[in-house]
Amino acid sequence: MENTFYTLHDFLLHSESITYILMLLSLLGILGFWFFLTARDEDK
Amino acid sequence: MPGKNTTVKKYLLTPFNVIAGIIVLIGLIITAIRFTHGLGATTNLSDNNPWGIWIGFDLLVGVALAAGGYVTSAAVYIFGMKKYHSAVRPAVLTGFLGYLFVVVALHYDVGRPWRLPYPFIVGWGTTSLLFEVGLCVALYLSVLFLEFTPAPLEWFGFKKTRNLVVKLTMVLTIFGVVLSTLHQSSLGALFLIAPSKLHPLWYSSYLPVFFFISSIIAGLSMVMFEGMLSHRAFHDKMDAAHLAENDPLTLGFGKAASFVLAGYFIIKLIGISADNHWNLLITPYGIWFLIELIGFVAFPCFLYAVGVRDKNLKLIRFTATWTVFGIILNRLNVSVIAFNWHLPLSERYFPHWMEIGISVFIITLLILFYRFIVNRMPVLYEHPDYKNKDDNV
Repeated sequence: MENTFYTLHDFLLHSESITYILMLLSLLGILGFWFFLTARDEDK
Repeated sequence: MPGKNTTVKKYLLTPFNVIAGIIVLIGLIITAIRFTHGLGATTNLSDNNPWGIWIGFDLLVGVALAAGGYVTSAAVYIFGMKKYHSAVRPAVLTGFLGYLFVVVALHYDVGRPWRLPYPFIVGWGTTSLLFEVGLCVALYLSVLFLEFTPAPLEWFGFKKTRNLVVKLTMVLTIFGVVLSTLHQSSLGALFLIAPSKLHPLWYSSYLPVFFFISSIIAGLSMVMFEGMLSHRAFHDKMDAAHLAENDPLTLGFGKAASFVLAGYFIIKLIGISADNHWNLLITPYGIWFLIELIGFVAFPCFLYAVGVRDKNLKLIRFTATWTVFGIILNRLNVSVIAFNWHLPLSERYFPHWMEIGISVFIITLLILFYRFIVNRMPVLYEHPDYKNKDDNV
């Protein structure tokens, strides 16, 4: 994880790439979590 | 009437009253020392640590935990969740008293109380975040006062004035949500000015968002926590509607808190990722950060979800208490523990016992005011004259 970045471009490319992957996983994760949370709702 | 006097004495000399009385007495003595001898005599504040627990705990935690007022009134009046209606008055009362005592506590820190209106009358510091926070808190305190007035007006029997205020409910709710969004986030934004002082794991350009989202969690959890305490202490004051609505409220708010906590956990992770601070997680401060993130965000999120799925009200109420502690920990981390993290231990801030004494004094006053009002005004029950009316608030 401890990379040395020589340019702002390198830093942003690295951090934003991880962030975008994380956001995609989060969107899928929160959808799954919603189903887990509401699975036993009485109106289902 | 000797018999009556003995009963009154017995009623007054309860363990709670005695302890509260001692705390108030000590608090008044410290207050006198603070306002006659200054901050130096009562605090461990310094040039390096100008903000202590009177800001970190009394103000930041106080404002966050008073968010139940706007969260509950928004749920009921804006999102139309009328089944939680009975929770509005206690939540608004807690919010009002919370903000009122935040302002009281602020006087201890800034001193010279007669200068409180200066920012609004003498000089508008429109470029300052503190001015925005001050203005929002002043306006929101007024909004909360107006939102709560139907209860004392019903108690006094001022029907016309009460009906007039009730007509303003929706406007006041919208105004309250707007003001809360502004100042809850601005309290986080205050720390954006100190990137070199706050530990990088807690410092983020998303701090305003973190503070706002966590205030929603604080509000939801505090309503459940306070409801649990009220049920123990004021069970006899509650009418059938309050008693019947409490369990659905716990389930509904527990579900909302779980979902918002999940969102909060995600944006905290994204905050680390955006600044590429993953390597800091294996440092001692990183472990402390993970304790907060996993122990007081992810863990209660999961517990709330399990509690909602299993309809386990005890688990949800326990989690609400846990989450309230998590919010306290978060605000103290940002303002005290992870603040000035680079300084040697000898220069770090630890509160003076009188600072802690004033914080305990303020909380005790809040509880005493809450008890005084709840014992007299229609907060946990509907006033018989207005029962089942459409415009009831």
